[in-house]
Order: sequence, then structure tokens, then C-alpha cells
Amino acid sequence: MTGHAGPSLKENLKDAGAMALASAALALPLVGFLTVDRAQTIVLEYRFGELLYAVAVIFVGRLLLLLANQGHSPAVLVATGAFSVLWAANAFLGIVAITWPALGWLTWIVFSVIALRAWFFMYQAGRRVKQDASDVAERAGTVIYRLGKYLGPALAAFALVMPLMPFADQRMVDLGILVLTYIMLGWGLNVVVGLAGLLDLGYVAFYAVGAYSYAIISLNWGLNFWETLPLAGAMAATFGILLGFPVLRLRGDYLAIVTLGFGEMIRLILLNWDELTNGPKGMGGIARPSFFGMPFTAAPPEGVTAVHQFFGLNFAPIHRVIWLYYIILAMALLTNWFTLRIRQLPIGRAWEALREDEIACRALGINPTNTKLTAFAIGAMFGGFAGSFFATRQGFISPESFNFLESAIILAVVVLGGMGSQIGVVVASVVLIGGPEWFRDLEAYRMVAFGALMVAIMVWRPQGLLAHREPTIHLRGRQPAPAVAARAPAR
Amino acid sequence: MNQAPLLRVEHLTMRFGGLVAIDDVSFDAGDREITAIIGPNGAGKTTVFNCLTGFYKPTIGRLALHKAGGREFLLERMEGYRIGQTARVARTFQNIRLFPRMSVLENLLVAQHNRLMRASGYTLFGLFGLPVYRQAEAHAVDVARYWLDRIGLTPRADEDAGNMPYGDQRRLEIARAMCTEPILLCLDEPAAGLNARESAELNEMLRFIRDEHKIGVLLIEHDMSVVMKISDHVVVLDYGRKISDGTPEFVRKDPAVIRAYLGEDEDEALPPEVAADLGSRG
Repeated sequence: MTGHAGPSLKENLKDAGAMALASAALALPLVGFLTVDRAQTIVLEYRFGELLYAVAVIFVGRLLLLLANQGHSPAVLVATGAFSVLWAANAFLGIVAITWPALGWLTWIVFSVIALRAWFFMYQAGRRVKQDASDVAERAGTVIYRLGKYLGPALAAFALVMPLMPFADQRMVDLGILVLTYIMLGWGLNVVVGLAGLLDLGYVAFYAVGAYSYAIISLNWGLNFWETLPLAGAMAATFGILLGFPVLRLRGDYLAIVTLGFGEMIRLILLNWDELTNGPKGMGGIARPSFFGMPFTAAPPEGVTAVHQFFGLNFAPIHRVIWLYYIILAMALLTNWFTLRIRQLPIGRAWEALREDEIACRALGINPTNTKLTAFAIGAMFGGFAGSFFATRQGFISPESFNFLESAIILAVVVLGGMGSQIGVVVASVVLIGGPEWFRDLEAYRMVAFGALMVAIMVWRPQGLLAHREPTIHLRGRQPAPAVAARAPAR
Repeated sequence: MNQAPLLRVEHLTMRFGGLVAIDDVSFDAGDREITAIIGPNGAGKTTVFNCLTGFYKPTIGRLALHKAGGREFLLERMEGYRIGQTARVARTFQNIRLFPRMSVLENLLVAQHNRLMRASGYTLFGLFGLPVYRQAEAHAVDVARYWLDRIGLTPRADEDAGNMPYGDQRRLEIARAMCTEPILLCLDEPAAGLNARESAELNEMLRFIRDEHKIGVLLIEHDMSVVMKISDHVVVLDYGRKISDGTPEFVRKDPAVIRAYLGEDEDEALPPEVAADLGSRG
């Protein structure tokens, strides 16, 4: 790459200048002006300092990218990498005060991406093979898949011991619960979208059905968590089938629109059916899970032993959080086991075959309606389980928790992770749910960073982070039967 | 013998609005025979297939399939997937329809779905890995291996079907159809896009299927070298109507077929100014 004479410095500067100018024009109204509500009048404030800063970052970034492209990758890598490391170290150790932390973090992200890019160029040049990017991405996917064999158990082991680690405070365990809930929802939706290829934009409806079933059953009949859980799951599965029957004849975009409508319908019913759901006020006082019948309360009623008394500990609210964490971990792992197992069964293969070609499936004598319905029902059931957990964890539910944004986030977890990939869902949940929590320093720019991340993934890995698909069965390593006679078909 | 033929098509008519795609076509396809349906483009051959395999409901007509043992299925009354499941008619497609992102072996296992579903107790036994299911799966893999050996894809069984060369995909699709254990195999232009050697291999395979597996084969084909070499019986369609029916030798010499393929007496058929134009050039 270094051999031929690249564009001169002047040309590079011109290119970067043009880029900076264009972004300045775009950013002027977005970043440059800020309306502030002050004493009943709206005042316009100017943020030209920030604007100038952003444009400067774009100019320098573009220049560095161009240089990296033209064979100066090592220098660019060293410069941007050093900046990123130093800045991050400063941010955590607090040596030099930072005026604009949000902008600083954005700059850090930009420079880190450029550093990655430069490394990528070096990697390509080092291989001395001209490969197109998708091939490299596919290879990277394969490598990650191989690591995935160890990554899965490693993550599971980490998840098992995480709440017991010294660094695990209540906030951390709570975040863990949130991430695990989305992992479970992602795995449930993965059955529908990733395996069966049915684009479901209303998955949150089943989450809501599960949560409300749990709340209504436990409030009216006083059943405990473990008794109610299967009922709520069955309820959600029933709704999955009810929805499935009329709409599964539709395909692709049409199915997506109908499921989107179904999600909204459920939310509106929950909002308006006051007698059953208490409408927009929501349902409170939902039973918390107990530890084998023992409550997690500081002062248990007469004759009841609380958990901290049983173990001889001092009461701490984190005990319940940890117990909730293990419940959702167990539920998520069960979902994972079930999905991995069912993928290798005829029904799972039929789902994937339906995703690939429905017409061919029909010609092979597979009943497409039943097959899709099972996928829908099983996906809905896991959504219902997760919903029950949500209800018992919050103790309060209202229709607001089940809006379209939730469906979109769950779908984003599946798509970004790589459709059909179990470990991909884990990685994507950690990034998408955990990430915004870690990037709290970015303040209002948090969602910008989130969006930038999504765009970056879609540009570099449009098929998802871990899209590698491993066959469900291998011929290699299987012994042929001693005598496979030519068989005439049974008639 | 006065036995009913494997497939008897009677007065099959298919209309799409005002367009008559097939007009009162009747023919038989025999057991252990290769029956070819030929005809110029747009003659309605694929429409016949789509009626037979339940993708279209015929406007008029009776499609009777006779199984050994005397059972009769009226295909025009059956739901699409049941034709494959119960009546055991399998088909391939003009534009190959494999499951491209599943492995070759998985393609062949999906074809054995219904048997495996029963063996897995509709998933319940399979979930807990009961021996009943494991045996059924091993058997299904053996069936798949048998066909893989036949089409020479055993070494590549674990690769994605979409990565196979074109000719292999064609044969894999036939093997997949055979894994459903059909009694009638319908092939929609299996030789399309194959070179001479692949075409010869295909002929070999179709003969093998007819002779060893003792089933009926129904074939749509443009490639006359395939049709004339291996068919036992040829049906010729033109503009939705049957114009000839008989052995390859008979059809080859039938004036109606020659007219359909080569056109009528050209001077009469062409408008006068076009004929004059052609004449002045010649």
C-alpha cells in the first residue's frame, strides 16, 4: 500500500476541510443553538465553542482516516491509540479536570474507532491478501464463533459468581438483572425471528400478557411466584397462538405490520380495561418471590422466619436483589438450553427451513401453519415468563412499560447480535442495555453514542455481530450403518 | 392388466381470470415409467405441475393418484402440504429451491420431517433425547447418506447447500425430494443449465430412480436429448392444450408436434409485409 505515491498533503487537507465545512453547516442549527426556558420566556443561547470543537474533531478525524488509508496506519494507530488510552486514564483517575466531559467522551469514541480502523488496515496489509471486507468479517465471525465455544461457558460462570464478587453492589446486580431480562427476551424472540424468520414487531405484547397474567393471578388467587409462572407462560403462549392463527398466512413486511398493531392493541386493552387491569394507574402490591416460603423482609410477621434470620445474617435489601438475579439467570439458562436443544430436533430444522424457503417446505409435506404456530407460541411463552419475572421484580406494573420502544429494543438485541445466534444475543444485550448505563457520563449525548454504535455495527457487520451459523448435525464423525440397503419406498 | 395408472389427469382446466392456461388436458402417468411433458414456452407445463402439487387449485378437472393397494387420492381436493405428506408426490422447482443457508445434510433431513416428527413424539421425546428418537435420527442420516453417496456429495455434506456448484444443487434437490419417499416424483426442468456431462449423469440418476426405487417420474423438460433418451411416454402441450401423447418415436414424427415447434407453413402465417421483407433479404 505504501508503494505508490498517494494524494499530496494539500489534497488531504482540502478533503478534510470540505468535510468539516459540510458538517459545520449541518451542525450549526443542531449544536450551535440551544433554546433555554427561562422564567416563562424562551431564550436562545449560542454554543459556538462546542460547535467549533466538534468541527475540529471532524477535521482531524477525517485527516487521520485519510492518512491511515494511504499507508500511514502505524503512525495514526499510535497517535489515536495513545490519545484514547491517555484520555480514558485521565477520566478515571481524574488528574486533569475536564470542562466538557460529554464532548470529551465523544472524541474518545471517535479516536478509538479511527485507531481500530488503522489497525484493521495494518492487519489487511500484513496479510498481503486482497480480500473484500465481508470476507474478513466472515473470518472474524468464525474466529469469534470458535472462541464462542469457550465464551459461552465463561460468561455463564461469570454470571453465576458475579453477585458474590466484592465489586457487586446493588446497582451492579440490578443492572445484571436488567441485562439478563433482555437476554431472556432476546432468546425468546430469537426463536421467532432468528430461527423461524417471522419478523415480529409486537413481541412486547407477550411480555405484557405474562406480566399482567402474573399480577392478576397472584393478586386474585394468592398463588406464589412458582405456581403462577407456568400459568402466565401458558397464557402468553395462548395469545401467541390466537394472534398466529389469522396472521401467519402473511409474510415479511405484512406480518411485521400486523404484529406491530397487535402489540399496540394489547397495550390499549391494558390501558382501558379498568376493571381487570386498573387502567393507566397500573397494578401494585404484586407478591415478591420468596426464598422457599421465607420472605425477604426486615420485620417478618409473627411465626414466619425471614431469610436473613434463617441464615443468621443482618438484614440487607441486596439479598432479595441477589435472589431475583439468580431466578432470572436460571430462567434465561433454561431458555437457552431449550432453544439449543430444539434447534437440533425436526421442529427446529423445519423452522429454519421455513425461514429459508416456505414454498419448498410445503412441497416437502411440511405443514407451514402448524410449524409457524409452534414457533410463535414458544417465543411467546418465553416472553410471558420474562413478563412474570418483570412483574414480581418491580412489584408494580402499568401499560407504560410495554410500549413499542421495548419491542424495538428486543428486536435490536436479536438483529445486532446476529439472527439465530444465542451468544450474539448475550453480547448485544450487554452492549445495548449495559452500554448506556456505563456511558452515563455522556449525559444527553448518550443516545447519540448509542445510535452511532448501531450504525457502526450495521455498516461493518450488517448480518449481526456473531452471525456464523453452525449446522445442527454433522455427517463427519458419524459411522455409517453396516448395511444400508437400497430401500424401496414403503407403500 | 386393467389396473388404474399411477396418476390419471382428466379434463384438467386452469383459468386465471380470462386467461386459460390449461384447457381440458387429460393424460396418464404410469408407475415405474418416466413421463415427459414437453411443449414450447408458455404452453402450461409448469401450471400442470402446480395443479398436481397443490400450489394452484384447478378450475375444472380430476387428478387421481392410485397407490398400490388400491387407495386413491384426489389431489385437487387436498391441501398443498398434504400432497407431499400423505399422497407422497414430491417435486422440484424450475429455479432451484434449496435451503441455501442450511447444510447439505440438513436439507435432506428436513425432507424427512414428518417421519422424524412422529419419532420425536412431536418434539417431546426428542427434547429429552429418548432412544426412540435417536434411532430414528440415525436412520434418517443413513437415508441421507445413501442419497449423498449417489449424487457424490458425501464429502461436502456439512457445507451450506447454497455453496454447492449449480449442477450439484440440481441433483441435491432431486435427492431431497427422494428423501420424502415419494411414489410420484415431479421434476420441473431438471436439466436446465446443465452441461453435457451433467446432463448424462442426470439421465443415469433418473433411470436409477425409476428402476431401483420403482416409482413414477413426471418430467418437464426442454432438453430433447434428455427427453428422447429416457422417457417412456411423452405428452406434448401447446397453448394449454394437449396436441400429442405417445412414445418418444411417435411424438417425434407427429405432424402436430412438428408444427407446434417449427411453426405452420411460414408464408401463410406471416403478415404479407414481413414475408416480403424476409423474401427480399433471402
